[in-house]
Amino acid sequence: MSPDPRQAAAERPLLEVQGLVTTYGHVEALKGIDLAVEEGEIVALIGANGAGKSTTLRAISGIAPASAGRILFAGEELRGLPAHRIVAAGVSHAPEGRRIFGTLTVAENLRMGAYSLGSDRGAIAENRERVYRLFPRLAERRDQLGGTLSGGEQQMLCIGRALMARPRLLLLDEPSLGLAPLLVKTIFDTIREIHARGVTVLLVEQNARAALRLARRAYVLETGRIALSGPAAELLADERVRRVYLGAG
Amino acid sequence: MGRERDNGAGTGRWGGSMIESAAAILRIARRRPLLVQAALLLLALLLPLPLSDYYRTVAWRTGIYVLLGLSLNVVVGYAGLFQLGHAAFYAIGAYTAAILNLRCGVPLLAALPASVAVAGAAGYLITRPILHLRGDYLAIVTIAFGEVVRLALVNNLFGITGGANGLSGIDRPSLFGVELRAPIAHYYLMLFFLAVTIAAMHRLERSRLGRAWLCVREDEEAAAAMGIDATRVKLQAFVIGSAWAGLAGGLFAGKLTVVAPDLAKFMESVVLFCIVVLGGTGSIPGVFVGACGMVTLPELFRPLRDWRDAWLGITMVVMMIARPEGIWPSRRVQMEIRGEKEEARAPAG
Repeated sequence: MSPDPRQAAAERPLLEVQGLVTTYGHVEALKGIDLAVEEGEIVALIGANGAGKSTTLRAISGIAPASAGRILFAGEELRGLPAHRIVAAGVSHAPEGRRIFGTLTVAENLRMGAYSLGSDRGAIAENRERVYRLFPRLAERRDQLGGTLSGGEQQMLCIGRALMARPRLLLLDEPSLGLAPLLVKTIFDTIREIHARGVTVLLVEQNARAALRLARRAYVLETGRIALSGPAAELLADERVRRVYLGAG
Repeated sequence: MGRERDNGAGTGRWGGSMIESAAAILRIARRRPLLVQAALLLLALLLPLPLSDYYRTVAWRTGIYVLLGLSLNVVVGYAGLFQLGHAAFYAIGAYTAAILNLRCGVPLLAALPASVAVAGAAGYLITRPILHLRGDYLAIVTIAFGEVVRLALVNNLFGITGGANGLSGIDRPSLFGVELRAPIAHYYLMLFFLAVTIAAMHRLERSRLGRAWLCVREDEEAAAAMGIDATRVKLQAFVIGSAWAGLAGGLFAGKLTVVAPDLAKFMESVVLFCIVVLGGTGSIPGVFVGACGMVTLPELFRPLRDWRDAWLGITMVVMMIARPEGIWPSRRVQMEIRGEKEEARAPAG
């Protein structure tokens, strides 16, 4: 126990990752990641396929084991905690590939998102209304099975489900993957709105341009290490980032 | 047009009207579940009356296997875990009742809670270290644990299990001072516990825990991201399933008045597994269908009894090819299995 965790939390970033290492068998997927997310920020994590973006999020949310380093969330060490304790601490993860429960309806999927709230019906109903206001489409489809939704609707459900636990920090993994350009815009607008309502966002994206326009700061990952970091606007203008990640000549 | 429609139905007028009336009955059944339940309960109450003692015992045996099937269904159907040593907990429940009765003079019905508790505790101790195993590996380890229990009973564990011959001379259960001796009395005793179990399972399916099992079964990682403690809910499935098998074991000991290590033999676990999987994984009516197929039919038709293992193997192979979700599966499990099949068929990328 630190002497005064509240005070420490006020001075520190909401999420502080130091020297995070994750190995799959003998392969080091993350070779010591340092990053920080301030309360109220949107931070983007960009990089090529296999750079370790998703692994970083999975390690933070406790789904992938982290073998070394620290993950401090609001002053609390998350590394080594099981995933369900991390959700309860206020970190929700909208995983890559959406991972909707296909045989549950939209409403039931949302209900599962609020699992960590226990049987607090009032809070669950309140969160559900908030999610339905954010995604009116989900309200229309509330009794439809998750597996029968379109890709865009599944992504909305995935984000909505993560919000059901009322997180302080939302981890979004590839929310635009496989979506039509118009839907990508809708999803990014919604992320902006979620952020405006006071949720801090750590975003992993293939679509680096859109991510850098949305985020305040960003980190560029290369083969398990942070290669670059800085304000998103600067990275957007950076010659190397433009060449490698934004496809500009 | 007319010809095409006939071809589409494909079954002719007689078959078509049969299917239509069956569908009509099912529709009514869907809308009035209480009516159906009341009718089924009445049927179960009246069933033994016209039967001879032999067939009453067959009905009792079937009921015990339904009870066991429902208990295994918690593990296999709800939580989606392999358990091929389930008979061990049945045996533990039976032996608990037997030992308490023979050694401490506890009346059989009073020993039933202990059967439930000891089997549940054994389920906890045995499955706690192996919960991280998945699929086939879990299946193999559960087979091994089942055998360990059987061999411990054969080797006269703590000198109280009676070795290979088991224990005999157990008191029959008595209710309000009346000893339950006739098969029909045991049938009604079993029916009481079966009705309670079905009501409990029905609630369990729809509970928070039931939904958590469903999520873990469908996608363990997504479930973890939802804040579900997968290890804990799996353990709960094993403990509830084992405890309930222990109840069936206690009832068995009271009827047969003899318990033997054979209760825990591997083939018994296989039969239980088949009851759940062939009947319909995750479904209460499916367990009934499975128990009738695996227990009642072989009792009624001698040729089936003599060839039961062969018939078991053939049925298993045919079912896994033609209808892997079982005869009367839960709708969700059916969707899950069909979905997986389609995914496997779809080209990657």
